[in-house]
Amino acid sequence: MLTLAYIIASILFIFGIKMLGSAAQARRGNVVSAVGMLIAIVATMMDQHVLSYTWILAGIAIGSALGIVLAYSVKMTAMPEMVALLNGFGGLGSLLVGWAEAEEMRRVGWPHYLENLFGPELSLYDVNLQAIDWVAKFSNEINYIQIAIASAIIIGGITFTGSVLAYAKLSGMVSGRAMVFKGQKPFNAFLLLAMLAATVLFVQGGQWAHVSLFAIIIVSLVLGILGVLPIGGGDMPVVISLLNSLSGLAAAAAGFIIANNVLIVSGCLVGTSGIILSVIMCKAMNRSLKNVLVGGFGSSAQEKSDGDDVEPKAISASDAYHVLEAAQRVVFVPGYGMAVAQAQHVVKELGQLLENNGAEVSYAIHPVAGRMPGHMNVLLAEADVPYEQLVEMDTVNPTMPSVDVAIVIGANDVVNPAAINETTSPIYGMPIIRAHEAKSVFILKRGQGTGFSGLQNKLFTMPNASMIYGDAKATVAAIVSEFKSM
Amino acid sequence: MNILLLLFIFALAGFLGFELISKVPSQLHTPLMSGSNAISGITIVGAIIATGASTGLNFTAILGFIAVILATINVVGGYLVTDRMLAMFHNKKKGK
Repeated sequence: MLTLAYIIASILFIFGIKMLGSAAQARRGNVVSAVGMLIAIVATMMDQHVLSYTWILAGIAIGSALGIVLAYSVKMTAMPEMVALLNGFGGLGSLLVGWAEAEEMRRVGWPHYLENLFGPELSLYDVNLQAIDWVAKFSNEINYIQIAIASAIIIGGITFTGSVLAYAKLSGMVSGRAMVFKGQKPFNAFLLLAMLAATVLFVQGGQWAHVSLFAIIIVSLVLGILGVLPIGGGDMPVVISLLNSLSGLAAAAAGFIIANNVLIVSGCLVGTSGIILSVIMCKAMNRSLKNVLVGGFGSSAQEKSDGDDVEPKAISASDAYHVLEAAQRVVFVPGYGMAVAQAQHVVKELGQLLENNGAEVSYAIHPVAGRMPGHMNVLLAEADVPYEQLVEMDTVNPTMPSVDVAIVIGANDVVNPAAINETTSPIYGMPIIRAHEAKSVFILKRGQGTGFSGLQNKLFTMPNASMIYGDAKATVAAIVSEFKSM
Repeated sequence: MNILLLLFIFALAGFLGFELISKVPSQLHTPLMSGSNAISGITIVGAIIATGASTGLNFTAILGFIAVILATINVVGGYLVTDRMLAMFHNKKKGK
């Protein structure tokens, strides 16, 4: 019965993920996957090994309440950090499952633990417990379970602290920039070795096993922080995808401990999906996954790109209005700054006004715009921007020269022409939205600082570019009111 | 014994995941991520088993209890947030 329920749950997860891949079915897909989860949970509760319900039900009640509050209070602009946080909870959950299993095995001893786990087929030692050297007989199983426990703790721990740090970076609690310190790599290598040693001690058992369990927990938590610390800014989408992947793998590892297929299947699905998304993000930035993970990108201020310190030309909102009023084709290029300024609704309003004015309006979305994959699409969807107006980079780039006005809102590196023509630039080779090819470019920007990569943007000083400084939301609102007063 | 079987299942699920995800269009990446994030809360199954393994509240059960809370937040929060996002995609389609 239990196995059957788990198989059904796994199938529902698979279908759910498949449906999430098409816009029309996505919402139902999410429900299908949630039903799978419900079946898995209820079936587990029915399991004969569950002796007491009080604390389980209490935990589910508390967790549900917190989950509901979180889900309905979060702003759409804060989605990346929300996903990071939820991810962290899942990771810590897997760590605790691993830890709890280690404690349980200490509490009941191996014979009972194995019997609980594998059922009657392994319970032959029950007949004459003393006579059978069960540790020798089941040494493979024991080693395997110990390794699975260590894996769940290590992956879960890294996921937890990594995600919490990613959350803190994204929500601005700590600086979002990449942080590196001297000797970081040797230190990380030392920690990895220490963790390996602790794992070996733990798997071997003996008097040091329990101490090394705690060592594994602590080192994995520290590693999560150190792993995310040197990665910042525009690389965050990759980090989020990767942590998502790890949280799935941690669940799969927990599944190996308790020999549970549904954990293994769904954990692995999540694991691969996260890895694929990471790779997609990396490709969009023309970087390798290794390059992102080593980190430190843009941590030091890059030397100003050679020579001429031309001041960018600044214009006012009403100057911008006069150009826009005559424009036939307008492309918005949104970036993380639009999310920060919460400008998506007023941007949509401006787009609508431009359309009424006879202009053709579209929104060019760079694959890594924002702080998580697809971030801009969600924001513009929230603002009711019509689906057909969202265009991908490869579609919009060939048409750029015929665009009258490109309005860059809070995006920086994804429109930096240095990626095309400056071989020495760290972002050289990254595909960009060719906003600089439009007849004129307006860049809405809070101040004169650089983007997250810390690079000077050549676009800002190009002859066809004009800066409109100030809060993006206020600027767009000013242009909108100019339109309305005419 | 069934260790190999579990690894076999793991490998198959990996291939399945690659097949499923690589076709998803980029505008759905955020809901896909938060939806799969919710699925990683499946670790709640392990947490329930750990919590319910004994009748009292010993150390195992305490760890399990905390794990149940965290995994539930992951599951409930993840699915609801995904639904909220996807609802917006839907409204927009109907509107236009």
